[in-house]
Order: sequence, then structure tokens, then C-alpha cells
Amino acid sequence: MASLRTQFEVPGKMKTWSFALMGFGLAVLVYGMITKGFSSDEHEQVHFWGTLMYNSIFFTLICNASMFFISVTTLAQAGFTQTFRRIPEAISTMVPIFGVITFAVLMYIIFGHKHHIYHWLDSEAVAADPILRGKAGFLNPNFFVIWSTLTIGLWSYLGWRVRKLNEECDNSEMDPETAAKFIYRGTVRTALFTVWFALTVGSTIPWLWMMSIDAHWYSTMYSWYTFASSFVSGMSLIALWVIYLKNKGYLELTTQEHLHDIGKFMFAFSIFWTYLWFSQYMLIWYANIPEETVYFKHRVQGPYKGIFFFNLIINFLCPLLILMKRSAKRNYTLVAFMAVLIIFGHWIDFYQMVMGSLIKEHVTLGILDFGILSFFVGALIFFVARALASKPLIAKYHPYLKESIIHQV
Amino acid sequence: MAKKKFVVGCFDDEAVLFPAVKKVRTAGYKIHDVYTPFAVHGLDHAMGLRETSLHTAGFIYGITGTTTAISCISWIFTKDWPLNIGGKPHFALPAWIPIMFELTVLFAAVGMVLTFCYLCQLAPFVKKHHFHARATDDLFVMAIECTDSTNVDDLRAFLSNNGAVETDFQVAEDGWWIGRYDKDEMPFENKQIVAA
Repeated sequence: MASLRTQFEVPGKMKTWSFALMGFGLAVLVYGMITKGFSSDEHEQVHFWGTLMYNSIFFTLICNASMFFISVTTLAQAGFTQTFRRIPEAISTMVPIFGVITFAVLMYIIFGHKHHIYHWLDSEAVAADPILRGKAGFLNPNFFVIWSTLTIGLWSYLGWRVRKLNEECDNSEMDPETAAKFIYRGTVRTALFTVWFALTVGSTIPWLWMMSIDAHWYSTMYSWYTFASSFVSGMSLIALWVIYLKNKGYLELTTQEHLHDIGKFMFAFSIFWTYLWFSQYMLIWYANIPEETVYFKHRVQGPYKGIFFFNLIINFLCPLLILMKRSAKRNYTLVAFMAVLIIFGHWIDFYQMVMGSLIKEHVTLGILDFGILSFFVGALIFFVARALASKPLIAKYHPYLKESIIHQV
Repeated sequence: MAKKKFVVGCFDDEAVLFPAVKKVRTAGYKIHDVYTPFAVHGLDHAMGLRETSLHTAGFIYGITGTTTAISCISWIFTKDWPLNIGGKPHFALPAWIPIMFELTVLFAAVGMVLTFCYLCQLAPFVKKHHFHARATDDLFVMAIECTDSTNVDDLRAFLSNNGAVETDFQVAEDGWWIGRYDKDEMPFENKQIVAA
């Protein structure tokens, strides 16, 4: 073990790149904010804040998916994650950072009274509208603020507790009794996170943050759909970091066997996402009730048609056909390519989920979207690299480490 | 269908079996098969078996199922007997996808099970020779196929030296056959095994 490279050093080139991405992104962001965000035209405002909102939510959720991955694998007593577990841990340190950005954007929308984004903010409209009145117990500013604060706060706090516990494996070997206790404590902490995750990402938060843009429309499938989208991108993000570190000569103990399992997650959850996509679409298509089809009308038959079906091709057909073979999931180049494709695909998915409801007349995808994307990607690279460098890459004395080293698919 | 000669080595521990498999292969003997009481991880790799093509077959069966479903339903609903169902178009793809999916799964599952049974030579009324009855209980049984130049005694000694707790020489049919254990003439010559 002594010969392992467990200390990650951030390469200068990586820093330069992340700063360049962040710089470009920030420039676009500030320019967009001045010309659109604070312009007097409501359409421009909606365009800017909507774009910033879906980007920040997307990146918060895919980073949070890392902690969910850690939690469920811990609860299932899965050993194979141990050789690369510090990577999802490092990614999940982004939750407070991106969470604060998301929170700030959402609070600006709420307290700036942007009722062109959240129609239910308009109290006169709510009073005159029986449907919105019926939803007022859930869709009101107070509940929105309290629940969002709790959500982001607890994601950060419970995730931090899980990461903190794992540091105990860095220093000294555990005797069997301490190890058993350690596993039990890990189970409790990850179970707490999982329950909170289910109450937020698994149900309320996507309804609150994104679905409530279409204040009249609802789909109980929406949150699962968002979860599937963010989890499959989160797995792809983990895969990308694993491959990057392997490429740089770190993570000697992580092999094709582990990559194969990550690849399986990417493959399986792409199918799961499609299952939800289809279930949501088919039921609405079949029932053909106007108040439900309103969500799909302009997406399937209007200006968003191209993006809507492109989304299905890169998020379903490509993973299905390319990642199906065993040899593909064990191929670093192919998995890296698919990971980028899947993340991009689900970013597009989030784009059409939010902007498709906000600006129905035309597709707004442009420099603003890619600029803000580049800001978040730059921040992700910079902070995750810093988090990785702050701890050893392997929890040396974790009880399951051996199981992970000899892991075989 | 021809009887072949086998030297059978029985091991009582995985940890002994693996090095033995490796040595037998290095010595140039041809392992017919290794029978184990439970699935042993990595044994296929140690024996040098190629990866199974069962999943490729499964993919082909699945595609066949999808094609069957889509062609059948689309022909019925657009050409043979078009019906107006809730004002939907005759070619109502979203409504068919669940059926296409089910048929894909059905064809893939049934096809793969049958293929698997064929590859393992398992079927109703079909018999196979058991090299050792305790292979279903607690013994790891390695059957080595003899060639004309194989010295049976040397090979048995070689297996014993490598940890086999029991060795045996058997002449048996290596494939499957249809027959009855109690009435037909058995395609193997080992009375002890029949009794067991």
C-alpha cells in the first residue's frame, strides 16, 4: 500500500482550464444579467432567470446524486465502491456551494415577485383561480422558502456527516468490534440522508422548483423523472472523474471491474429514465385531456419538437445501443464519451423541462445557456479537484476495502 | 455419440481446485468439465472457457420479439382491421410500445432459457452421465478427457499429487441421451456410479 499514489495534486493546467471556463461563464452571466436579467422587458427577465435556474438546479441535483449513490451503496453494504468512494464524496461537497447559488436564484424569483416564472406568486391570479386556490397550501411563498431552506440545508448537513464519518478510516486500523460499529454508524447516517433524499428529490422538490412553473399542470411522475435524470448524470459524472484520475495514474486499485459496475448504473438508469419518460408521456397522450396535454402540446408539435426528440435519442437510444455490450462498459474511452453525452443529454432535458414551459414560442438555446453551463462546469472542476486534494484518495482502513480490491464482475 | 475415456479427479476444497486446474492445463491435459456443488467465481476464467454468446442470442431473440410485435400490430390496426379507438390515429405507436416491450422480453426470456438448456444439454427425459454423485453435494469433480497417448495411471497419480482426494477412470458417453436408467443399456461403464 505504501506505493499507492493516494494524494491528488491539482495539475496547473486543470486550474487554468477551470478558471478560463468560470471566467467566460461569469462574463456571459454578468452580461446576461445586465442586458436581460435586470431589463424592463419581462420576456428577457424570464429568459435570463429561467436559464440560470435550470442550470443551478441541474448541477445541484447531479452533485447531490453522488451522495445518494454513496448512501444506497452503503445501505446495501456494497463493498465495490470503496476504491473510488472519495470521488463521489468530493463531488458531493459541491452541494452546499451549488445549493447556495440555487437558493439565491430561487429567492430572487420569489422575493422579486417574478410571477412570469412562477405564476402562483401572483396573489390576485390565485384568488381568481379555483385550481391554484386548491394548490395554495403547497404553492405559496412561505412554504417554498422554508422547504427550500430545509432541503438544501439538510442535504448539505447530512451529506457532510456521511463524509465526516468516512475520515475515521484514514488513520488507523480498526479492530473487528470498532469496524462493526463503524459500519452500523455509517448505515444510520446514510439512512438519514436517503430518507431526506426521498422526501425531497424523490417527491416534493422537483414539483416545487420546476413543475410549479406550469402552475395548473401536474404529473406525479415528474419528481421520479427528475431524479432519474439527475442520478444517471451523477453516475456519469463519477465515471468521468474516475477515468480522469485513472488517466493521471491515480486510483491504482480501481479497475475495469469497477468501471463496469459504474457503466451498468449508467446503462440501467438511462433505461429507467426512459421508462419514466414514456410512462408520463403515454398516459397523457392516451387520456388526451386538454389540461394535461398542455404540457406536451408545444413540446411535441411546436418549436421544441426537435429538442424533445433529440433528448430521447441521446438519452435513450445511444446509451441503450452503445452501452449494452459488456466490452463497451469496460472500455475507458467509450464510457468517458458516453458519460459526456449523457450529462449533456440530461442538461438538454432540464433545459426543455424549464425553458419549454417558460418560453413556449421559440427555442432559446444559445450563448447564454452555454455560458452559464461553462461557469458551472468550471466551478465543478475547480472545487471537486480541491476537495479531492484535501483528503487521501483511498480510505485505507475501511473494513470493506479488500472486498473492493478483489471485486470481480 | 461415442463413449470416451475420462480420468476423474475429486477435490474437497476450492482453494485446492484452482491451482490443480491451472497445473492440469499447463501439463497439457484437456479438461472436459469441472462439476461443482455451487457456482464458483472465476472458475470459468481459470479453465480458459471463452465468454458465452448467450447474451448475443438474447439480443437477437429480443429484436425478433420487437419486430414481431410491431409488424403484427401495425398490420392488424392499419391494414387488416382498422378500428377507431378514442379518435387516435390508426398507427398509434405510443399505445403499442408496452406490447412491443413485453414481446421483446418474452422472446428474449424464453429463447434464452431454451438456448441455455440446449447448451447445457438439459431437457425433459434426457439423461446425462454423472461422473460423481457427490458433485451435487460437497465435491468438486474434474473430468479430464483421455487421448490415445494418455497414461491413465500417471494422470491419476498427477491428480492425487495435486490434492485430489479421490481419482477414478471412467468410460462414458459425454453427451446427452434418451433412455431409462433401470431398463436400457447404459452408455457408461461404472457400476459404482449407477448404484449411487
